[in-house]
Amino acid sequence: MSTRLGAMRAELVGAGGVVERNAYLTKRYIWWDLAWFAWTVANTLTVVFIAKGIEATGGQLDVNKTMTTLLIGGVVWAYLGILFMFLMETVAWERWEGTIEYTFMAPLSRAMHLAGQGVFAIIYGLVRAAFLFVVCAFIFFDLSMPNADYVAAFVVLVVSSVSFIGIGMMMSVLPLISPEKGPQLGFVAQGTLLVVSGVYYPVEVLPGWMQAIATISPATYALDGIREAILEGQGLTAMWDELWPLMIIGVVSIPLGLWVFSRGEQYAKRHGKLKRSG
Amino acid sequence: MIDRQEAVMEAVPVRGSSEVSQRSQGSAVEVHELRKVFTMRDRKKGRFAKRTRTALDGVTFSMKRGETVAILGQNGSGKSTLVRLLSTLLLPDGGGAEIFGHDVVAEHRAVRRLVNRVSVEASFFKKMSAAENLSYAARYYGMTSRQTRDKIPVILERVGFPSDRRDESMENLSRGMQQKVALARALLTSPVVLLLDEPTTGLDPRSKREVQEFIREIRTSHDSTILLCTHDLVEAEALAERVGILDRGRLLFLEPADDIKRRFDASTLEEAFFAATGREFEAEDDDDDREVFA
Repeated sequence: MSTRLGAMRAELVGAGGVVERNAYLTKRYIWWDLAWFAWTVANTLTVVFIAKGIEATGGQLDVNKTMTTLLIGGVVWAYLGILFMFLMETVAWERWEGTIEYTFMAPLSRAMHLAGQGVFAIIYGLVRAAFLFVVCAFIFFDLSMPNADYVAAFVVLVVSSVSFIGIGMMMSVLPLISPEKGPQLGFVAQGTLLVVSGVYYPVEVLPGWMQAIATISPATYALDGIREAILEGQGLTAMWDELWPLMIIGVVSIPLGLWVFSRGEQYAKRHGKLKRSG
Repeated sequence: MIDRQEAVMEAVPVRGSSEVSQRSQGSAVEVHELRKVFTMRDRKKGRFAKRTRTALDGVTFSMKRGETVAILGQNGSGKSTLVRLLSTLLLPDGGGAEIFGHDVVAEHRAVRRLVNRVSVEASFFKKMSAAENLSYAARYYGMTSRQTRDKIPVILERVGFPSDRRDESMENLSRGMQQKVALARALLTSPVVLLLDEPTTGLDPRSKREVQEFIREIRTSHDSTILLCTHDLVEAEALAERVGILDRGRLLFLEPADDIKRRFDASTLEEAFFAATGREFEAEDDDDDREVFA
């Protein structure tokens, strides 16, 4: 019993090590992160300004509501980008720095290794998403959200993160298979997931086959839940329709993500790809 | 006041016997008919054509606990493949290997707790400091910050790393300095088997001497079993009790350096290598693929 507890403790310490490493790296690259944040703000603004543009060209719409809807889409897009980037870096950055062999030969289980990576990604991503939302909503546009339930929106984003991390684990195996092009496929996954999930529009406008895929995408429920919380002020109890699918997808996607990663790791070990040069 | 040597010994403990399997029956490392073949595209023969390259071909040897063994070989001879197989970073295509009775494939988690390595590339997060790199790496082995807070400065001092540069980015350090930090990283986790893959290649003479001196010190002050893969004949002879020659994936022999020289009636290991393979030791292998994979 005490041996098992000791092993569990060692695993938690190991996962903490991954968080610690990412904290060091974030501290060292903080100015680059700020530059990237500026890009994220600019990118989100280009989307949110579309509502103003439609109004300026004679379109009839509730500008405040449309801008808020687009902003939520932009923030979720950026958040998902951060999560996937961190998980893709599980392999890609380590390969670039040459530490990959030392990390993969350490006794830390892959589940806790990826969990540590996921926990840091969520913490960092939530902070960035909150800043992005505040900067765009209140500094650039002065949007009005009198009914917003920010706590409920935050909880929906956290719950959906579990599913996103599971999908990210599946994606993070790609740099193991293709060191050169694998990391870029993270963007493909991010775009594909969001295009079927109604990132800037209602899912109902999509073709039937895309709507079918939307029902199994966690981003669909995340976007719906956050919009209901921010625009309509719905609390968590009224959001059960979004929360239970997110929980189910999360329960399925994490083990699936670990399984896919372990298959990729086996492939890399078979073909000698767990090394610096690829 | 605590004696410095005592503090060092405490900082670099040897793992308890509970983690060392009774099945090992005295052997620290058992390698039996180990074989690794890499497959690669052969564009000369067509878009989908493939060819294979044998990196290790039926390698068999064993090491006693506390023994230092050197494996000599040219670039591409299979030294790094051997180290990576024992580090659980590769899957063999035949044969097997055990570390203290634990199979490197089936019981890779147990093996990982017993092994650490130093390779030719120091390999760190370059923007992070030596202390930060050691700190997070130790966590992967279950060491808490309370455990590493005192050990990291002691181990860095032990390998001759200046204390005032502990918080400096790795990118500002010389290769020799980085290699000392790599040695400290390996020792911090108290491995019972230490795999050294050309640890002094590319170092200036002084750094090389210091690293070799430190390896000698580990050998005498700890119970670690050391596998040293190198293409430095003098280093192999000076540091190891037995020397093996790995040539194109085949281990030609593994015995004390004097026995090798006697067997081939040679005055140096270089002459013995020539006698055994028919090739000069310094002559690079003419097969480019070997270096890529082995």
